[in-house]
Amino acid sequence: MIRSHYVFWLVFALMMIGLYVVISHGNLLKKLIGLSMFQVGVFLFFISLGKVDGGSAPIISEGVETYSHPLPQVLILTAIVVGVATLAVGLALAVRVFEAYGTVEEEELLERDQDEATT
Amino acid sequence: MTVLDVVSGVLLSVGAVFVLSGGVGLLRFPDFYTRIHAAGITDSAGAGLILLGLLVQTPSWETGVRLMIIMLFMVLTGPTATYVLAFAARRDGLPIWHEGDGRR
Amino acid sequence: MTTFVLINVTLLVILTATALTISRMRALYEATMLTALFSLVTACLFVLLDAVDVAFTEAAVGVGISTVLLLGGLSLTRSRETVTPRRRRLPGAAVAALTGGTLIYAAQDLPGFGAADTPVQSHPITDVYLRQSQEDIGIPNTVTSVLASYRGLDTLGELVVVVTAGVAVLLLLGPLTRPEDAGWRKALDLVDYRVLRVVSGLLMPFILLFALYVLFHGDFGPGGGFQAGVIFATGFVLYGLVFGLDKAQRVLPKAVLWSLIPLGLVLFIGLGVVSMLLGGSFLDYDTLSPGDPAAGQHLGILLVEAAIGITVAAVMTSVFFSFAGRRATR
Repeated sequence: MIRSHYVFWLVFALMMIGLYVVISHGNLLKKLIGLSMFQVGVFLFFISLGKVDGGSAPIISEGVETYSHPLPQVLILTAIVVGVATLAVGLALAVRVFEAYGTVEEEELLERDQDEATT
Repeated sequence: MTVLDVVSGVLLSVGAVFVLSGGVGLLRFPDFYTRIHAAGITDSAGAGLILLGLLVQTPSWETGVRLMIIMLFMVLTGPTATYVLAFAARRDGLPIWHEGDGRR
Repeated sequence: MTTFVLINVTLLVILTATALTISRMRALYEATMLTALFSLVTACLFVLLDAVDVAFTEAAVGVGISTVLLLGGLSLTRSRETVTPRRRRLPGAAVAALTGGTLIYAAQDLPGFGAADTPVQSHPITDVYLRQSQEDIGIPNTVTSVLASYRGLDTLGELVVVVTAGVAVLLLLGPLTRPEDAGWRKALDLVDYRVLRVVSGLLMPFILLFALYVLFHGDFGPGGGFQAGVIFATGFVLYGLVFGLDKAQRVLPKAVLWSLIPLGLVLFIGLGVVSMLLGGSFLDYDTLSPGDPAAGQHLGILLVEAAIGITVAAVMTSVFFSFAGRRATR
């Protein structure tokens, strides 16, 4: 069991560390870093599903018989670029939040909003 | 085990030893400027020797040309990076470590 | 334990250790550097898992563009995180433990890592992508042929996402948001860094040439439109960082850059419409070269990769310019 599934368990550990950072930490930028760690875990999981023992990269060349599957790689290639695009938008939003409130910490943002709501 | 295999094996192992020593130096040196020296070893001696070891084993000349271009690129950018780091630290006023000071 | 398993486990352990350190680090500049290291080790893992195209993209995007964007965001906001109180840590830890436990329990049903008889490998589409693509299209890099031809519609959708993100960042941080900043220019003091300026100036044409090489060589080796666009943008980011933003914006004026963003998308959609007008379905490249479908596919893939490269390069460069040109309010 360990022999065949160790990759998946280690990758799940990575995903969970990223998820913990997104949920627990209050700093918006730290959340974005945690989100990118979570994404990397998902990418590794997906690509490890396509790997074949003794295969090679899915570039057809002479003398190679087994290839790893190209479809997970195509999907993850797309996902990486989309991930960095969302990171850019998230960072732009964090910068605008900082300019409006003076802080990027979630607790202080909530306090400031509640103060404005009551006054 | 031809002569080429032995030569490339020796080059790869010596390169790996340099990379390891760079890592150890990064952890053990007392000051930022000395740590840059250790990092530079990894970049120049370590990577260079490993690439030379791979160059000896290439099956075709086009892979060999690619490896040489990579080596040229590392020779060009490694020292630039360490120079910029050291210069920026000096401009920022980071003090130089002297014998007898504590670890920075 | 074979060498492969050893290297795999070592790299994954390094990744987990880096992830734990990043989560505990409150100094965010250092956390950004560790995130770059994280992406680099992930790229090594991708090579080990035979995903060379993905490793290329992760190294270019995750280490290059991501780090620069995070540093830009940090310079415009605060770079030190406050201590997370204990009552906040508990729900996060509980959710992570619960989800992790469920995933590990569910993973028992997954086929073994590297097995050759999994549903992924024995599906008939594998044969289509690996063997029939050689007759239909004739390109050695099956990832490019799947990305640009077989699953071309997905790639079009993703290009739309990239354009939307670029437009969103321009709307949030662009020059229209703070018209009083219009004439403001940061004084860049890199005149003493002579070695850096000389080496960067020396390397710039080669970086751009390499981007073009990656674009056109994507049919035969790892490469393609996304990697090429990101490397192209990296060249301009380097130029902007070393020589100053105003010089970079004189080389690439805003009007040119902003009009290049939708140009790739229009090219992609236009190609689909043209193939419809020539009698096929949307994005059916067979019709592009009547009588020789394989040549039509080659032409279609070339145009599509070029369109992707143009848009991705323009979006990444304009996002960097938006971040770098914003005056910090701290």
